Amino acid sequence: MTSTSPLLSEEPRVVTAGVELFADALAAQAVPTTQVDWRPPVAGTEADLAVVMGDPRRAASNRTALERMLRSTAELVDVRPAAEVLGLQRGQFLHAGPPITWERASGPMRGALVGALLFEGLASTAEEAEARLVAGDGIGLEPCHRRGAVGPMAGVVSPSMWMFELRDEVNGGTAWCSLNEGLGKVLRYGAYSAEVIDRLRWMTDVLGPLLQVAVRRHGPIDVKGIVAQMVQMGDEGHNRNRAGTLLLLRELLPDLIESGSPSREVAEAVRFVSGNDHFFLNLVMPAGKLQTAAAAGLPGSTVVTTMARNGTDFGIQVSGTGDQWFTGPAQVPEGLFLGGYGPDDANPDIGDSAITETMGLGGFVMAAAPAIVRFVGGSVPDALRTSRLMYEITLGENPAYAVPILEFRGAPTGIDVTRVLRTGILPQINTGMAGAVAGTGQVGAGLVQPPMECFTGAIAALAAAVGDDD
Amino acid sequence: MSVRNVVHENLYFDSVALMRVAASLDDRPGIEAVSLVMATDANRDVLSDAGLLTDEGRAAGPNDLIVAVRGNEAALVEALSDADAALSQPWSPTDGTASPSHAASPRRLVGAPEGANLALISTPGRYAAAEALKALRHGMHVFIFSDNVPVQQEVMLKQEAHQRGLLVMGADCGTTILNGLPLGFANAVRRGDVGLIGASGTGLQQISTLLDSMGVGISQLIGVGSHDLSAEVGGLSMLTALDALAEDPSTNVIVLVSKPPAPAVAGEVLARAAAAGKSVVVSFLGSDVRAPAPQVVVASDLREAARAAARLSLGADVPAVEAPDLSPLVDTLPGRWLRALYAGGTFAYEAELLLRPVLGAISSRVERYAPGRVPRLPDSHLVLDLGDDVFTSGRPHPMIDPATRIEFLRAAVRDPASAVVVVDIVIGHGAAEDPAGALAPVIAEAAGSPTAPLVLAFVVGTGHDPQNLGEQEQLLRDAGAVVVDDSTTAAEVAGDVLTKIGATR
Repeated sequence: MTSTSPLLSEEPRVVTAGVELFADALAAQAVPTTQVDWRPPVAGTEADLAVVMGDPRRAASNRTALERMLRSTAELVDVRPAAEVLGLQRGQFLHAGPPITWERASGPMRGALVGALLFEGLASTAEEAEARLVAGDGIGLEPCHRRGAVGPMAGVVSPSMWMFELRDEVNGGTAWCSLNEGLGKVLRYGAYSAEVIDRLRWMTDVLGPLLQVAVRRHGPIDVKGIVAQMVQMGDEGHNRNRAGTLLLLRELLPDLIESGSPSREVAEAVRFVSGNDHFFLNLVMPAGKLQTAAAAGLPGSTVVTTMARNGTDFGIQVSGTGDQWFTGPAQVPEGLFLGGYGPDDANPDIGDSAITETMGLGGFVMAAAPAIVRFVGGSVPDALRTSRLMYEITLGENPAYAVPILEFRGAPTGIDVTRVLRTGILPQINTGMAGAVAGTGQVGAGLVQPPMECFTGAIAALAAAVGDDD
Repeated sequence: MSVRNVVHENLYFDSVALMRVAASLDDRPGIEAVSLVMATDANRDVLSDAGLLTDEGRAAGPNDLIVAVRGNEAALVEALSDADAALSQPWSPTDGTASPSHAASPRRLVGAPEGANLALISTPGRYAAAEALKALRHGMHVFIFSDNVPVQQEVMLKQEAHQRGLLVMGADCGTTILNGLPLGFANAVRRGDVGLIGASGTGLQQISTLLDSMGVGISQLIGVGSHDLSAEVGGLSMLTALDALAEDPSTNVIVLVSKPPAPAVAGEVLARAAAAGKSVVVSFLGSDVRAPAPQVVVASDLREAARAAARLSLGADVPAVEAPDLSPLVDTLPGRWLRALYAGGTFAYEAELLLRPVLGAISSRVERYAPGRVPRLPDSHLVLDLGDDVFTSGRPHPMIDPATRIEFLRAAVRDPASAVVVVDIVIGHGAAEDPAGALAPVIAEAAGSPTAPLVLAFVVGTGHDPQNLGEQEQLLRDAGAVVVDDSTTAAEVAGDVLTKIGATR
C-alpha cells in the first residue's frame, strides 16, 4: 500500500457529482468543494461506456493521439491535377462525407456530380449526365476521405481538377483538397450552369498551373503558421477565412508576379483569390486532415478523426475503429438565408469542411471570430460559451491555435466519443447551407450539430473492440 | 405584390449583419421576401434569380448596399423604413456576460480544479462507476453514495483503486468521516484514537456515537460500502482501509463492523487484522468468527463493539448502563406482537439476530405494500428495514424523509395486536432536520389510549449534532416513548418484555 495514508493526513479538496445535498453540506463546513454540473450520459450507452472507459489501452492511445495531433505540421508543397496525385481515372469521382449512392444522394450532391460529368466531357447535357449517373454506367463514386483528400460542401473531385497538396513532415502525412471556386453559383453547392463549368475550366487551365508555378518557386508554405495567425485575426477557419486568404495571397504574390505568366492571367488569378474570402478554407481543411489522420488507427483510442457529411448522412470516424463510418441523418442547419430563400429551401448538412471542427477550429473557436456569431442570431457571449463548452468534450488544447479572448487558451482539440456521450454535448459546427434542389447553389449559412447516432454507433463498436489483441 | 429596392451607397455591413436584419423583417404580414446584400455581381444575380432585383438595384455598385423587399405596398414602406432604422442603429452587446473570466461549472469530474483529492459521487447507480473511474484515474479517492452499482463494476473500481493506492468508499456507502470531515450521513463525534471501518453505515454511526458518549473519540471512520465483504468484491476496500489505519499515527484501536462477510473474505480480513500491529475489534454481526490472535477482539453486537473499543482506548472498563426494568408494564400491554420499524438496515439485522432465539418466528416484510395506503401489519412479530428498496423506490430514505415511517408507525400504534413498537432515530449531518419531532405526534396521539403499545426508541447521535441528541430524546419521552441508549439495548428490552407477555398469555 503506497499512498492511501496521504488521504488521512491531507486537507480534503472535494469534487461532487450528483445530488446537491452533499456539496451544500460540505460547503457549509468551509471545505473546498467543486460541484460538477453532472448530467446522465446519453441513454442506452451506459454499458458500452463502462466497457470503453475500462479499456486499459484507452488512456495511452488517447494520449498518443493528442500528441500526434498537436505536433502535426501542414505545409503547402505543390498544386497538381487530381488524376496525377490521387490516381483518379476517367469516370471516377470523389465526394464529401461517408459513402453514398446516386439513389440516396441529395440535390446538391446530384447537382455537383452532374456538373462534374459535364466538366469532364462525359456528358453534353445535364439530362445525359443524370442518365449516366442513374445507370452507373462507367461511373465510380467514393469518399474523398478514402484517398486522403477533403472537399467542401458536395466535395466532388474529378480527375481534371487541380488539388492543393499539403505535407505533415513530422508525422509523415500527405493530404489534398480542391481549389475553392468562390461563393454564389458554384459546383460545390450543387450548381452546374455554364458559368460554373466555365469557371472550373479556367481554374484547370489557368489558376491551377499558375499556383503550381508560384508554389514551386516559393517552396513549402507554412499553412499551420497562417492558421495560427488567422485565428488571432478574427477567422475561425470554417465560415470565416478572410485573414487567412489575404495572408496566403501576400505569401504567393511575388512568385505569381515573377512566374513568367502573362500579367493578364496573373491579375485574373489574384483578383479571383482576393475576391473570394473562402479561398483559404481549402487549405485549412487539408491541414485538418493531416492533423486528424495523424491520430487515426490507434487501438483503444476514442478520438474522433473525421466528421463529414454527404448531404444525406453525417458520418464520423474514430481512431480506435479505423476507417469504419458511424452515420446518422444529416441535420438541416439553423441560420440565416440569402435572397428570398428560407429554411424549406435548405439541404441537410453537407461537406467535409467539418474537418475544421475535428481539428479544433470552426465552431470550436467561435470565440475567436465574434464577427460571425450572429449567424444564428447569437451574441458574443454565445460564442464564448460555445467555445468553452467544446473544452468539455475534447482531450486537450492546441497551443499553436490560441484564442485571444480566452486569454490565449489553445483551441479545444481531440473530440472524445466518451466525453460527448457522458456530457450529451455535441460538437458545434459552423457551416454554409446548400439549396436542396440540384443546381440552386448556396442559400444561407448557420450552425449545425452531428446526430447523436454517430456517437452511439461509435461507442458500441469501440466496446466491441475492447479485448482485441491488436 | 410589388418589389422595391433601396440602394444605400457606400454603406458596408457584413453579410451576417445583413441576414439578421432581413430575418427580422421577413415574417411580417404582407411581406413575402426580404434580402439585404452588398451589391456585388454574385449577390445581384442571387437577387435576380429570386425575383427581387429592380433597376435601382441593378445599377448599384459593389460598395453599395441593396435592401430588396417584395410584398404589398403598405408593408413595403414600413419594412424599408425599419430596415433603414436597423442599419443606422449601432450594435451593442445584449448583456454583460461576455467577460472571459466568467466560467461555467465543469460538466465532468476532470474539469475540477487541480489538486482535488476526493470525489463524492451520488449519481444514479448505473452511472456511478464511469464517474468513479475517472476520478480514480485522476488520483482522487472516491466516496460513492449511489446504490444499485453492478457488483462487477464495483470490483473493477476497487481493483483499479488498489493498483493506484487509492480508496473506494462504496458503492452504497452512507457514511465516512475523514480527518473530522463528515461525508454523507455522519455524526459530530469527538476526535480520538479509535479508527472505524465498516460495510454498514448505521452500524458505524451507532458505534461512533456510543464511543462519543463514553468519552472516546474517533480518528477516522471509513465506510466501504455494503457489498465490500461479499465473495465477489473480496473486502478490497476494507483491506485497503485496514492497512491505512494500521499506518495512521492517530489511530490506536481499530473497529471493523459488518453484516456477516463471505467466509473466505472474513478469513482474509481477520488475518490482516491480526497482522495490523494494533488492537482490532471485529463486529461481524451474526457470524461465528473467532479471534485469530490476542490483539483481535470479537464483539457479538454493536454495543459490545463500542464497549470493547472504549476499553482498549481508555485502558479501563466502561461501566455498563442499566437497562430500564419494564416488567411492570407487561400487564398493561394489550397485544402480543413486536413492531420494530427501523430506518437503519443494520439495526433491523441486529434485532432479528438477537430476537429470533427468544421470540421465534419474526416476519421481515409486509404484504401488498403501496405508498400512501395504510400498511397491513402481519399477525406475527415484525422487524422492518424501511430503508429497503421496497419502501424507497421513488421515495427518499426514511433517514431523510419520515413520511413512510409515519404511515407504519401510525398503523402499529393503532393495531390492538401490537405490544412493543421499536423506532430508531438517526440524527447528524445529512439526516432529517427534526426526525423525533416528526414521529412524536403519532406516538403522543396513541399514548392516552387503553390499547396503546409500548413505544421503545433510541437516538443515534451526539450532543453536537445539529439536531442535538438530548433534545431529540426529550421530544420522544414527552410523547410517551421509553428511550434507551442504543440499538442493542432496545432489542434486548423488547425481547424481555415480549418474552414475559408470551409466558403469561
